[in-house]
Amino acid sequence: MDAVIENLPTYWRGFSMTLLLLGVSGLSALVLGTIIAAMRISPVASLRGFATVYTELVRNTPLTLVLFFCAVVLPILGSRLEFATAAMIGLAVYTSPFVAEALRSGINGVPIGQAEAARSVGLGFGQTVGLIVLPQAFRMTIPPLINVFIALTKNTSVAGAFFVFELFAGTRELANANGDAVIAILLGAATFYLAITIPLGAVAAQLERKWVVQR
Amino acid sequence: MSGTSVLFDAPGPKARRRSLISSIVAGVLILAGLAWIVMTLAAPRESGGITLPGYFDPSRWDIFADPALWSRILTAGVWATLSAALTASVFAIALGILLSLMRSSAIAWIRIPTAVVLEFVRGMPVLLMMLFILLVLNTGAFWAVVAALSLYNGAIIGEALRAGLAALPRGQREAGLSLGMRPLQSKMLVEFPQAFRQMLPIIVAQLVVLLKDTSLGAIVGYVELLRLNMYQLATFYGNRYLFSFFIVTLVLYLIMNLSLSWFARWLSKRTASKSSGTKLDPDNPNQAILVAEASAAARQMGNAPGRI
Repeated sequence: MDAVIENLPTYWRGFSMTLLLLGVSGLSALVLGTIIAAMRISPVASLRGFATVYTELVRNTPLTLVLFFCAVVLPILGSRLEFATAAMIGLAVYTSPFVAEALRSGINGVPIGQAEAARSVGLGFGQTVGLIVLPQAFRMTIPPLINVFIALTKNTSVAGAFFVFELFAGTRELANANGDAVIAILLGAATFYLAITIPLGAVAAQLERKWVVQR
Repeated sequence: MSGTSVLFDAPGPKARRRSLISSIVAGVLILAGLAWIVMTLAAPRESGGITLPGYFDPSRWDIFADPALWSRILTAGVWATLSAALTASVFAIALGILLSLMRSSAIAWIRIPTAVVLEFVRGMPVLLMMLFILLVLNTGAFWAVVAALSLYNGAIIGEALRAGLAALPRGQREAGLSLGMRPLQSKMLVEFPQAFRQMLPIIVAQLVVLLKDTSLGAIVGYVELLRLNMYQLATFYGNRYLFSFFIVTLVLYLIMNLSLSWFARWLSKRTASKSSGTKLDPDNPNQAILVAEASAAARQMGNAPGRI
């Protein structure tokens, strides 16, 4: 326990980097994922094809390999990015297809009768999508999206292995320096991760319960 | 909403032509972008006065003509990845079954501690778990990877199975009980086989995640495909081949993961056509678990819909 308290500044330094990674790559993944999802339901066939292939390829590539590319291969190809920036890009790219899938399955979850009813009372495309489909899809989308962000929180730990000093890298350093208190050090790090993931999970479950009953 | 066509009026000749044109324009733009990337990579580069060959130059790929290298990659790298994934899958499924039964137990002092442990395991990065097992239990890299992956994925599979159990019609259990089965008998003989079958695509989809996550072993020192190729072989042959090794590793991972993903999708189509129940999307385990839980919740509210 003492080892944890003594090393709180190191933990904190790592944790703030973890939060930064989570925030920046989470937002970028949201933007990128929305674009991909829009491409997947667009009437333009070639965009649809591109988005499908992108989703399929990125989702089946291990995150470790994506971050390895960003941290080691990109500099050889001539990039001058900082490691933290490269890791953010990697995490955002890796997360974006999951965001897109959550959005798409939310939209697919709205029963087709809803859109048919809207069309048959004379609403146009914009009205149907904006007033009928999206408000319902939104509810179906938020809990899975939160789950994607929980996964992203845990995935930021992989960046620690690629020269970014975040919580996992800090923990590894502390565990090496405090050989006598490894268990306490590791449990301390777990607490920091759980402090993000458990509240987010509780929010997702709560929203899910609240919204599913109303439908 | 599977058919977006409901949202539009049926396209007439003008709209069809417009969409064809924009499709071609977008396609050309995408192809041009890809071609630009390939050309940039293929072009020789100047670096500090020396001209380096492009990335698709034969001098960067010649080592891959050597069958000895391939047999090393396949027998050491791919095999190490697959054996860790296989061992971990077996343990994860066994653990998942056990956890789902404990989590849906009628006895509170079994159910509640299991829920707490599940929450703890699911909220922690797998990488941290691997480090924990490696440093604290001193198991060696292989078992650290296998144990962490089994624990984490076992928790997720357990949750999926529990959702599957909860989503079954209540009549199944009542029928079992009224035949004189004890609650555990009814659960094991009547409910569980159905829940397992319903959730099988989700479990296989989770095994894809497990297979991908074996690459985390590279970080804790387990020599699998990624570590062998990108750290050991790429260092041995020199930086010149790093990009080539990256491409080879990527393709090998894609072959393994895509075939398992497609298997999951095929399985889901098969189970969906056999049982008339809810079709769960194996591409989206989280969503599928939520749907199953939601239909369970709706059923408990008494206004059970036939299907969602």
